[in-house]
Amino acid sequence: MSVTVYVPRDAGALSLGAEAVASAIASEARRRHADVRVVRNGSRGLFWLEPLIEVETSMGRVAYGPVQAQDVPSLFDADFLHGGQHALAHGPTADIDYLKSQQRLTFERVGVVDPRSLEDYRAHGGYRGLAAALHMSGEEIVQTVLDSGLRGRGGAAFPAGIKWKTCLDASSLRKYVVCNADEGDSGTFADRMIMEGDPFVLIEGMTIAGLAVGATQGYIYLRVEYPHAQRAMEAAIATAEAAGYLGDNVCGGGKAFRLEVRMGGGAYICGEETSLLESLEGKRGQVRFKPPLPAIEGLFGKPTVINNVVTLASVPIILDRGAGYYRDYGSGKSRGTLPIQLAGNLKRPGLVEHAFGLTLRDLVEGYGGGTASGRPIRAVQVGGPLGAYIPASQLDTPIDYEAFVAIGGMLGHGGVVVFDDTVDMAAQARYAMEFCAIESCGKCTPCRIGSTRGVEVIDRIVAGDARERNEVLLRDLCQTMIAGSLCALGGMAPFPVLSALDHFPEDFAGAADKANA
Amino acid sequence: MKRAIDIAVLPAIPEHIRVAVLEVTGRLKDTPGALLPILHGVQDALGYVPEDAVPLIAREMNLSRADVHGVITFYHYFRQRPAGRRVIHLCRAESCQAMGAVTLEQHIKRRLDIDFHQTTADGAYTLEPVYCLGNCACSPAMMVDGELKGRMTPERFDAWLEAEAP
Repeated sequence: MSVTVYVPRDAGALSLGAEAVASAIASEARRRHADVRVVRNGSRGLFWLEPLIEVETSMGRVAYGPVQAQDVPSLFDADFLHGGQHALAHGPTADIDYLKSQQRLTFERVGVVDPRSLEDYRAHGGYRGLAAALHMSGEEIVQTVLDSGLRGRGGAAFPAGIKWKTCLDASSLRKYVVCNADEGDSGTFADRMIMEGDPFVLIEGMTIAGLAVGATQGYIYLRVEYPHAQRAMEAAIATAEAAGYLGDNVCGGGKAFRLEVRMGGGAYICGEETSLLESLEGKRGQVRFKPPLPAIEGLFGKPTVINNVVTLASVPIILDRGAGYYRDYGSGKSRGTLPIQLAGNLKRPGLVEHAFGLTLRDLVEGYGGGTASGRPIRAVQVGGPLGAYIPASQLDTPIDYEAFVAIGGMLGHGGVVVFDDTVDMAAQARYAMEFCAIESCGKCTPCRIGSTRGVEVIDRIVAGDARERNEVLLRDLCQTMIAGSLCALGGMAPFPVLSALDHFPEDFAGAADKANA
Repeated sequence: MKRAIDIAVLPAIPEHIRVAVLEVTGRLKDTPGALLPILHGVQDALGYVPEDAVPLIAREMNLSRADVHGVITFYHYFRQRPAGRRVIHLCRAESCQAMGAVTLEQHIKRRLDIDFHQTTADGAYTLEPVYCLGNCACSPAMMVDGELKGRMTPERFDAWLEAEAP
């Protein structure tokens, strides 16, 4: 009987040599006349162990990692096909602490199933949410999503059900469902992992959204930096169409829903929903005024539900197991689970999906194991390039939307980037302004011009030029950007700058000041 | 009334560009919001979106040249000049910074003797900055023509470069 070996095709695993490992296993198996079936799964999210390969054995799936192609002969020698001992062995995958202690709802199949296989998806609970939704009215589906407490996971944390309800109530012959897969926030990769590791769950979630609001066309706006996700999504869409899960008559229920992947152009601003819609319409990705809300006048002027990948991928499990099942996870007004992405200077970077309520310390010290460099943690940026820098003294902040707002930060898309004590926070503040200058769409003057002036003022402060006066100027500029920008780019780029100034003022002392100190 | 197709009003453009553009626009121009897919198609076919192609794309899409130019120049990904044989996208974002991307960037620029947005004298490599490749758990990261590389160091970059060299 053939033995199944899982070698991830996740872009992160590929970036560390997974392709060579897969071919080494296949050729070594041929050489030894071993009957091996290689399945290319997604990543389990234990990136410090990637490429992490798994073998299906009588004791379940057993993990080995990080495996390089040259390790393969010794793995065969150690009889890894039957779970044999080896220096890279980690025992049963399900028993690895990092994974075992998580609460994987949205990510329950990522790294487990073959992302190209619809049968595998269905065998692991896939399309049960859609089956339930097909027997419900649009109002009932929307009510279920409202009751689950699901908030937008893209960053703004707006209740998904309210967006859906607004779109449902808008009357139009044509409506759209748009998935925001422009995962531009640095330190985040949850969307990518879902699209590469479990693409059908996104298709299912979007189909349910379409049924709920009465939309017949969906678009996945995918960032051009994600070619692997593009291939995975396009293959899954073709498979779902062939099986009748997409098309003119979804599952024979008489409703139409079609889906198309559209590639972005490398503009960060297109992760902002109105800018994304402009881009989908074939224009410059410039931010729109709101109102009108996209749910009322969105893509091509029609009512549009626009949600992030994780939000839409969380819908099937809510429809399958009920709103209460999902809502029972979490704390306060943050219900359900959040896939947190641990990145930057950490021993064990990866994906941790858990109910809201863990502290930042649980994540970076517990799961993350502290810094990779072994030096003390100095700052943690949560929520992407527009997120505040959090000092080590605030590591006990719980993962909760409101708790982060209370300390002047934001959870955003759940990206956590850790810096050790070698970081220069004035340089990070400068980078935040520089990034804003590069990526500004140009619509609002405070963002377009203020960001460039911000870089210059920080340079003057660091050079020791009228430091106090320039700091007042910088803070004033930040307030102008916060108050005078339409969207989060200009409105939040000052957060990392101000947090760096507030928590790490010593880094802004110019070279001359430092010499005098 | 049938729209007049008058090539004569357009500036003369190289035949291979005309053929490539018309192939892409013929295939895609009736899809909603077609301009980005068309620009991707042209860049996939030619390696860049030549200035010569703009009037033709504009005519086929019934847009002004300024509209098309505005869209091309808004997006970092679309190139207006040919790139080197290989394009290196090096991540500059925070997670990679935390793992030594600044040192890596300096090393690569020195090693290739170019700055961002430039191509080596022999036409082999173009270096572009990118702001996150979604490989933040394996920082620092870079992408070479769609192939992602993680946990890069100056040494690994040099090893890759030497393996690449003919």
